[in-house]
Amino acid sequence: MKILYFAWVRERIGREAEEVEAPDEVRTVAELAAFLAARGEGYAEAFKEPKVVRAAIDRRHARPDAAIAGAREIAFFPPMTGG
Amino acid sequence: MPVAAPSGDRFTVRIQAEDFDTAAEIAALSAGRVDIGAVVTFSGLCRADDAGDSAPDGSRLVALTLEHYPGMAEEEIRRLVDEARTRWPLLGATVIHRHGRIVPGENIVLVVTASPHRGAAFEAAAFLMDWLKTRAPFWKLEERAEARNWVAAKEADDAAAERWTAGTP
Repeated sequence: MKILYFAWVRERIGREAEEVEAPDEVRTVAELAAFLAARGEGYAEAFKEPKVVRAAIDRRHARPDAAIAGAREIAFFPPMTGG
Repeated sequence: MPVAAPSGDRFTVRIQAEDFDTAAEIAALSAGRVDIGAVVTFSGLCRADDAGDSAPDGSRLVALTLEHYPGMAEEEIRRLVDEARTRWPLLGATVIHRHGRIVPGENIVLVVTASPHRGAAFEAAAFLMDWLKTRAPFWKLEERAEARNWVAAKEADDAAAERWTAGTP
């Protein structure tokens, strides 16, 4: 699946998008975040406070316990500050 | 002169880098129709620092750069407009949100709501702004002489959004 990163999550990881094949036991948004956090220093820094990082599945907001099966695009980003 | 169908729904969401013309957007929403009795407009501007608001090194805000999630930003705001339409009898709404580098004094966001009476237009505009702040995927990066900092989300914004879920108006 395609993973997107925005704002300081993007800066800490050092990329804005990548293709990731997660193992079958990674079933939820929170599990995917934990899986990504183990990929390196920048990832660990980005997901240091996992409760702060928000996610969207296929461009809709998703909670940490949301299932990722069948998702085409998952994004991780900080709390929003638009408006 | 071409006149739009008087009963046609007018709901517009635009995400753009360029500035917008607030007066033209208001006029477009009500042009050629006689059923609108109230139009409420909210404009959000890039604000310079308050006194004492500057960074520890004394540097003042130079600009904001707004990052967004292309695709989702428009879709999410459309969902907010759809939600507003289930709550209030809106006859039209325009939401425009800019992205990119914006300097103090420039426009960032526009919300215009139209309804037969003012109550719905006022409430729907406040609702759209409150939910947009916490749900639309935009992030502000502050640019100062010596530093760049991501703006932190405010608890007050969460509280403002929360008040609309406490009970259906």
